[in-house]
Amino acid sequence: MKKTFKGGVHLLEENFLVSSKTIVDMPLCPIYVLPVHQHVGTPCKPIVRQGDVVKKGQQIAEPAGYVSVAIHAPTSGKIKEIGPKIHPLTGRKSLSVVIESDGKDEWVDGLPLNRDPFSIGREKLVTMIQSSGIVGLGGATFPTHVKLSPSKEKKIDTLIINGVECDSHVADDHRLMVEHPEAVISGAKVIMSILGLNRSIIAIGKNKPDAIAIIREKVPPEIQLEPLEVKYPQGAERQLIKTLTGRDTPSGGLPMDIGCLVHNAGTCAAIWNAAAYGIPLIERITSVTGHGIVEPKNIRVKIGTLLKDVIEFCGGIKNPAKILFGGPMMGIAQYSLDVPVIKGTSGIVVLTQDEVSKSSYTACIACGRCVDFCPMQLNPSMLSRLGEKSMWEKALNFNLLDCIECGVCSYICPSNRPIKHFIRHLKTLEREAKSLYGK
Amino acid sequence: MENKLTVSSSPHIHTPEDIPWIMRQVIYALIPGALIGVYFFGIPAIKVILLSVFMCLGVEALTQKLIGKPITIRDGSAAVTGLLLAMNMPSGSAWWLVMLGACIAIILGKQVYGGLGNNPFNPALVARVFLLIAFPVQMTTWPQPRVFPLSLADTTTGATPLGSLKTAIFTYGKIGDSGNIALMDPFLGNIGGSLGEISALALIVGGIYLIMKKIISWHIPVVYVATVFVLTCLFWIINPGMYASPFLHITCGGLMLGAFFMATDMVTSPITNRGKIIFAAGCGIITVVIRLWGGYPEGVSFAILIMNGLVPLINRYTQPIKFGGVK
Repeated sequence: MKKTFKGGVHLLEENFLVSSKTIVDMPLCPIYVLPVHQHVGTPCKPIVRQGDVVKKGQQIAEPAGYVSVAIHAPTSGKIKEIGPKIHPLTGRKSLSVVIESDGKDEWVDGLPLNRDPFSIGREKLVTMIQSSGIVGLGGATFPTHVKLSPSKEKKIDTLIINGVECDSHVADDHRLMVEHPEAVISGAKVIMSILGLNRSIIAIGKNKPDAIAIIREKVPPEIQLEPLEVKYPQGAERQLIKTLTGRDTPSGGLPMDIGCLVHNAGTCAAIWNAAAYGIPLIERITSVTGHGIVEPKNIRVKIGTLLKDVIEFCGGIKNPAKILFGGPMMGIAQYSLDVPVIKGTSGIVVLTQDEVSKSSYTACIACGRCVDFCPMQLNPSMLSRLGEKSMWEKALNFNLLDCIECGVCSYICPSNRPIKHFIRHLKTLEREAKSLYGK
Repeated sequence: MENKLTVSSSPHIHTPEDIPWIMRQVIYALIPGALIGVYFFGIPAIKVILLSVFMCLGVEALTQKLIGKPITIRDGSAAVTGLLLAMNMPSGSAWWLVMLGACIAIILGKQVYGGLGNNPFNPALVARVFLLIAFPVQMTTWPQPRVFPLSLADTTTGATPLGSLKTAIFTYGKIGDSGNIALMDPFLGNIGGSLGEISALALIVGGIYLIMKKIISWHIPVVYVATVFVLTCLFWIINPGMYASPFLHITCGGLMLGAFFMATDMVTSPITNRGKIIFAAGCGIITVVIRLWGGYPEGVSFAILIMNGLVPLINRYTQPIKFGGVK
C-alpha cells in the first residue's frame, strides 16, 4: 500500500529552478527592518530605543506573554527608528524596529558559544528556545516552545520531522537537508530529549532523492526515514500525520491530542544552532526563485533584509507579475519592495505575466473536483457559494473552520473560482462576529 | 515598477484544466458515437449534427447579447449541448425540428436559469423530451441503418428494438419474437435509433476516455447500467415471455449515451460520489419502470430529468464527512 492521504493534487513541479543550487550567504545590507509581530500569538515588545547601539544576536524585543517569542538584532549597528513599516503578511503598517548596519557585523559578547545541549536540562532548553526567538520555519511561525510543552495528560509518542516541502517552487528545506543534514538530525535529537522520546520519523518528499540519500547515510537508528509520494499538501501537519501513522487529528483539535508532534526540518536546524551555539534565530534559508527572477538562488538571509536588496542580489526581476512571500499555493503577494524577510519567509517566488491568470471567474458548474481533491474532505463548492453571499453562519454547518487553506480547491476549479478567498472572507466575518458578540 | 505588481489572494497558480478544456474532452469522447451515426445514417446525420451545434452556439450568443450578459460560447458548453441534442434525435429529423430543439435547449434549458452552472436540468434532455411530447411522430420516425455508400441514398424507416418490444406487449400482451435480436447489432451500431445512441461500443469507448481524464467518475455510468441490468435480469428470469433479456436492455436504446454522457453532466448531477451512486441507482430504477410498464418504449431521458430534479435533495443528505470528523 502506498503511503498517502485522501485528496490532494499533483502540482507542476518548478523546484528544479533552485533545487540544485548551493546555499549562498546574502551580503550585508545597510538597513534591516524587524516587525515585532513575526509569529502566531502576541507581538513582542521592543526593549531598545532609537539611537541605541546593538550587536549581532542581541535581544531587541522580548516576548509579551506565553505564546510569543523574542526578536534579535541580525547584525551590529544603530537603532535608526522604531515605527510602523509595511508588514509582508498583512500588507498593513505594523510596529517595526529599523537597524542601520555599521558594516562590522560584530557578535554580542559571548556568542557564539560551544556547549553540549544534552547537559542543559529540559526546562532550560524550552526557555532557551523561546528566548532564542524560534518559531515554526515552514511558514506557519507558531512559537516552537509552546509545541514542546504539551500538558501532562497529553503524552507525545511520535515526533515527525517534516522535510516534505510540497509546494511547487521552494527548496529551502531541501537544500538544508542536503548541505546541513547533521544540524537537522541533531536538532531532532534535542527535541527528542526534551520530550523524552527514543524514536522519531523524518519524512522527505520523493522529489528530493539527493536529500533522501544523504539523510539515509547520516541518520541514526532511532530516527526512521520515510520517503513520501509527491503530492500537495503532503507537508500539511494533519495530512502528514495521517500518512505516517494513520491517525486522524480530531476536528478542532491539535496533533498533540493524538500523541503526535510535527516540526519542520528548518526548525530543527534552528533549535540545534540555539542549543549548541547559543545563536538566536537571526537568519534563515530562503529560496529566491520563479521564472521572473534573473538568477534563482538559495540564500542564507538575515531576518529583516529588505525584499529589494534580495532581488538585487539575485540579479533583478524580469517581466514580473507577482512577487510572493512563500510558495504559489499559500504565499502572500507583495505590493511593495520595501517589505522585510521575516522568520516565516521560506521562499520568495517571482511569477511572470504568462504564469499569472487574470481572467475572472464564472458560476460553479458543480463538477465536484474541489470535493474530490479537498484534503480535509470539505465541500468547497458550497463554501464558495456561501462566501459569495457572506453567509458565514450557514457556512459553519459546512465545516468552515476545518479548512486548512491549502488552496487546492481554487487551484483545481475549472470555473477559476477563488474558493479559498471566499472561505477566508467567511472566516474573517466569523472572527469579527465572535469578537463583537462573544461566542 | 511597484505599480505593476498584481496582488491577489493565494493560490497564485491555476490548473490548465478549465471549462473549455473539459468541454473539449467531452466532444472528443462523443466523436466515436457520432461517427458511427454518420456511418450508418449518412449525409442526413451530418446535417443534423452541424445544424444542432451551430444553432446552439448562435442561440446562446444571441440570448446572452439580448439579456446583456457576456457572451460565453467559447467555453464550449453550448457546442456540447448541440452535439448531445443531435445525438439524441432521429437522424432524419427535419431542419425545423432540430432548430426548435436547439432553441428549447439553450433558452428554456439553460439561459432562463442564468446560464451554465445554474440550470437544474440537462439542457439537451429538456429539448429532447419537449420535442418527443410535442412531435411524437417526427421524433419516433427512425431511419434504418445502412452501410456507408448505401446510406447516401434515401433510407427506409422502421422500429427500434425497444419500440418493437412495446408494440408486441401492447398488441399481443407478450414480447414474442421481438426480443430475439442479434445483440452484436446494437453493440456495434447496426440498428435503428437516435443518431448517436446506436453503438454501445463507441459510447463505452468515449466514456472510458472521460473516466481516464477524470472528467467523470465511474460511479454514475457503472451504477446506472448495473441497476438496469440487475432489475431487468430479475424480471427476465421470472417471466421471459413478458420481459426481454437484460443484455438487450443494456445495449439497446439510449442507456449507454444516457449513462456515460447525459446523467454525468456535472451541473445536473450530485457533487459527491455517494450522491452519484444514489442518483444513478434512481435513474436505473425509473428507466426500468418506464421500459417495462410505461407507455413509452424508452425511459432514459425521463429518468435522468426526474433524478436531475432530486439532485439538490441528494446533495443535502450526502455531504462529505470531514477529515477528523465523526465517522
